[in-house]
Amino acid sequence: RSRRGGTGRDRGDTGSAMDAPSAAGLGGADPQLQRFIEVETQKQRFQQLVHQMTELCWEKCMDKPGPKLDSRAETCFVNCVERFIDTSQFILNRLEQTQKSKSAFSESLSD
Amino acid sequence: GMESSFGSDFGSGGGGGGKLDPGLIMEQVKVQIAVANAQELLQRMTDKCFRKCIGKPGGALDNSEQKCIAMCMDRYMDSWNTVSRAYNSRLQRERANM
Repeated sequence: RSRRGGTGRDRGDTGSAMDAPSAAGLGGADPQLQRFIEVETQKQRFQQLVHQMTELCWEKCMDKPGPKLDSRAETCFVNCVERFIDTSQFILNRLEQTQKSKSAFSESLSD
Repeated sequence: GMESSFGSDFGSGGGGGGKLDPGLIMEQVKVQIAVANAQELLQRMTDKCFRKCIGKPGGALDNSEQKCIAMCMDRYMDSWNTVSRAYNSRLQRERANM
């Protein structure tokens, strides 16, 4: 009877929905390519989150686009980023806690 | 004579008939990634600025709409950069606390 492992998502992940494949599988045995893939994957995760947060925070922080980004809007964007990451961490932490206490997930996954 | 060891020539671009140059591949991949990111940025910017600047669509973009779109583009870039900096700071802080 096999147990499904976790999603492989590490705790430091700030909410990327994409699980990066292990670099050892890609790039074959070439350590230079492996390293390259790791680094570029990390960079892409970052880029994707910036795209996503810019879109979300624009809705919350931008009224009418003016000749420059005023300091109130800028502060809003900074706060928005921080709160988004807080939200992501909160969700992961709470999910982990509810999984531990109820074991709901592992019971439904085990065969 | 002695053959040079296989695979010791990364990125040299040497002849070696058909041997793939990892350095070249990496550069090409980087370019493709940059292009993909630029496309993503453009797509989202267009979406946001259309929403902000175009009311009831007329027969053409009038002057005020064009001016709005131009400003909106710049503000979107400012926002993107602000978010990028803020996110980077947060990541540094997280790493420092680990």
